[in-house]
Amino acid sequence: MSSFLSFINDKRVRDWIYQIAAVVFLVGLTIFFVRNASENMVKAGIASGFGFLWRTSGIEVPFVLTGYTQSDNILGLFWVGVANTMLVTVIGIVLATLLGFVLGIARLSSHWLTSAIAGAYIEFVRNIPLLFFVLFWYFGVIAALPAPRQSIGLFGIAFLNNRGLTIPLPDSVDNFRWAALIVLASWVAYGLISVWARRRKERTGQDAPLLAIGVGLILVIPALAIAWASLATRWDVPALRGFNYRGGFAVIPEFVALLAALVTYTAGFIAEIVRGGIESVPKGQTEAAGALGLRPGRILSLVVIPQALRVMTPPLTNQYLNVLKNSSFGAAIAYPDVVSLFMGSALNNTGQAIEIIAMTLAVYLVIGLAVSGVMNWYNARIALVTR
Amino acid sequence: MNRVSSLSLWRERLFGTPFTGFLTLVLAFCIAWVAVPLIRWALIDATWVGTTRADCAPGGACWVFVRARFGQFMYGLYPVDQRWRVDLAGVLFLLGVLSVIFAPQRLRLGLGVAMLAVLPPLGIWLLSGGFGLRYIETREWGGLMLTLFISIYSSLIAIPLGILFALGRQSELRVIRLISVVFIEFWRGVPIIAVIFLASLLLPLILPGGIGIDRLARAVIGLGFVIAAYMAEAVRGGLQALPKGQREAATALGLTYWKATGLIILPQALRISLPAMTNEFIALIKNTTLVLVVSILDLLGIAQASLADPNWVGMNMEAYAFSGAIYWLICFALSRWSRSLEKKRRL
Repeated sequence: MSSFLSFINDKRVRDWIYQIAAVVFLVGLTIFFVRNASENMVKAGIASGFGFLWRTSGIEVPFVLTGYTQSDNILGLFWVGVANTMLVTVIGIVLATLLGFVLGIARLSSHWLTSAIAGAYIEFVRNIPLLFFVLFWYFGVIAALPAPRQSIGLFGIAFLNNRGLTIPLPDSVDNFRWAALIVLASWVAYGLISVWARRRKERTGQDAPLLAIGVGLILVIPALAIAWASLATRWDVPALRGFNYRGGFAVIPEFVALLAALVTYTAGFIAEIVRGGIESVPKGQTEAAGALGLRPGRILSLVVIPQALRVMTPPLTNQYLNVLKNSSFGAAIAYPDVVSLFMGSALNNTGQAIEIIAMTLAVYLVIGLAVSGVMNWYNARIALVTR
Repeated sequence: MNRVSSLSLWRERLFGTPFTGFLTLVLAFCIAWVAVPLIRWALIDATWVGTTRADCAPGGACWVFVRARFGQFMYGLYPVDQRWRVDLAGVLFLLGVLSVIFAPQRLRLGLGVAMLAVLPPLGIWLLSGGFGLRYIETREWGGLMLTLFISIYSSLIAIPLGILFALGRQSELRVIRLISVVFIEFWRGVPIIAVIFLASLLLPLILPGGIGIDRLARAVIGLGFVIAAYMAEAVRGGLQALPKGQREAATALGLTYWKATGLIILPQALRISLPAMTNEFIALIKNTTLVLVVSILDLLGIAQASLADPNWVGMNMEAYAFSGAIYWLICFALSRWSRSLEKKRRL
């Protein structure tokens, strides 16, 4: 008996008992839910399995990037949704980052009025629900835009009206393929040069003009390549015929509204991250760098920005993942993203809730895991090395 | 003297150099360009009194619309003669919170537990009825009252669950830690709108046949689970901020895990995480708007639905301005409170 008591009072044994109990509880709960679900599904006559993915979808989508048509299968519909989610996410992240950095730096401006305006904007957007902005842009702004005949022209090539945004479309993408290749090559070249420069610096202590090379290879050459491709291509510029614009590419109003909402909302949060990141670098760092004789430009690029980036990266990653997740707010205005197309339309047509929900959530979880993986790697690379 | 110096300070700030002067003028022009028409629309040209759309002057805001719909914005379609029940529930909730805040220190814990045990069921009884009160279906609830109801009841699920999973994530037991990490990362990784869909579709499916579950309850449970994951991360911040010696000392004194957690760790950790938890609560208030996708009409949903009224066509701006202002006031006040808590702790 006493040996049993000492056995049961052993911490290791107890730990095992608790863990086994937790697992048994979870497994039991899962079995309970699965049994109920299968019973309920049999009762309601819902099929199970992924066979439905190869059935013809018959759902018309107003905004397709993948070449999907109504007669394709439901799996095709799924990819349309994923592509639309990715499109609004990627463009949203780029624009929100730009606006967020501008606002964050404006907030730190020594000019009082600039800082006050940025502060007012940030306090305004952060305390209002994103769905408010989505509905406001869609029903308040886009719907109130003029009809196609009175469109707002943007440089005479793109036209904004209450049916969305019409932008020019290139006649062929061949030149852009070349441009993409050049961009990729110059980015790879920059990566190789920076590795070589670091090794050389460790060996000989000599600095390479990495900043200038970086600007050249990352920004200037790609910009030139894209500029060349756009000039060398014939563009199909939209033109007013009858009551609407013909030619070019019609971006649906839902996309414009969702993008505008995501950018205006997220920029407020990114601005605070940028401000916090720059403020987190102690003033002594700048002063010490100056005392060492560094010029202001090099103080910024060698001392302030690397330390600010280290603080900014994790919350910035979070915001980017938020943009991905928040792109699903488009479901409220029927932007055809993966939630509204797949979890909405496809689910209504097939009734296979469990499979469809699992696939939809998997999209976000897989992308989220991939992004956090990349960011963790980047974070580890720029982390403070303590020796 | 003081006045002159502050005036010259402002002149220095705004017109110190030719460039700052130019910048000030440009920005002031931009502000005027936006603000003047806005103020004219919202205040000067606006119509405040009247009963129908015809009373409103064109070109200005028609606040008559908001006055006519005020009851709906606050209570949704809740029957007018029963709205005192909502008010009573709100007053009781406020009294409960205030009594806990102002109670003497030694009574506070007991009173808090008592309030937690009594108030939530009482609130549900007052709002939905039964036992002598008229039964009112949740589809008639709406407006600001529903926003607050969902926020408060979701956090009643989210806060305990979040604390539990935050503790689980710090646990020495590997299996418990794994379960907690998977729970937290799963719910943090998926969009809340998808979770609300999921809760409204899956909850009736995985429960034994015959158990009907109210669609508002589904939304509250779904939101509660997601916010629990975010709350867990907020609490983790507090747990990690505590020196390791606190638990070691408590264990050395012979306290069990739960006693050490309840008496030593959590009281300190929760105080540290309170600002972060408040921020999650603000996010929750903003995210309750998403119940719109399962046709539950909270404040924003009621505002959106009111746009379809043929008697009040074209009231988009008024509806958005009013509902947006309410969200802003609530969230701004809470965020200021959270910021002051944080400052107090830093001092």
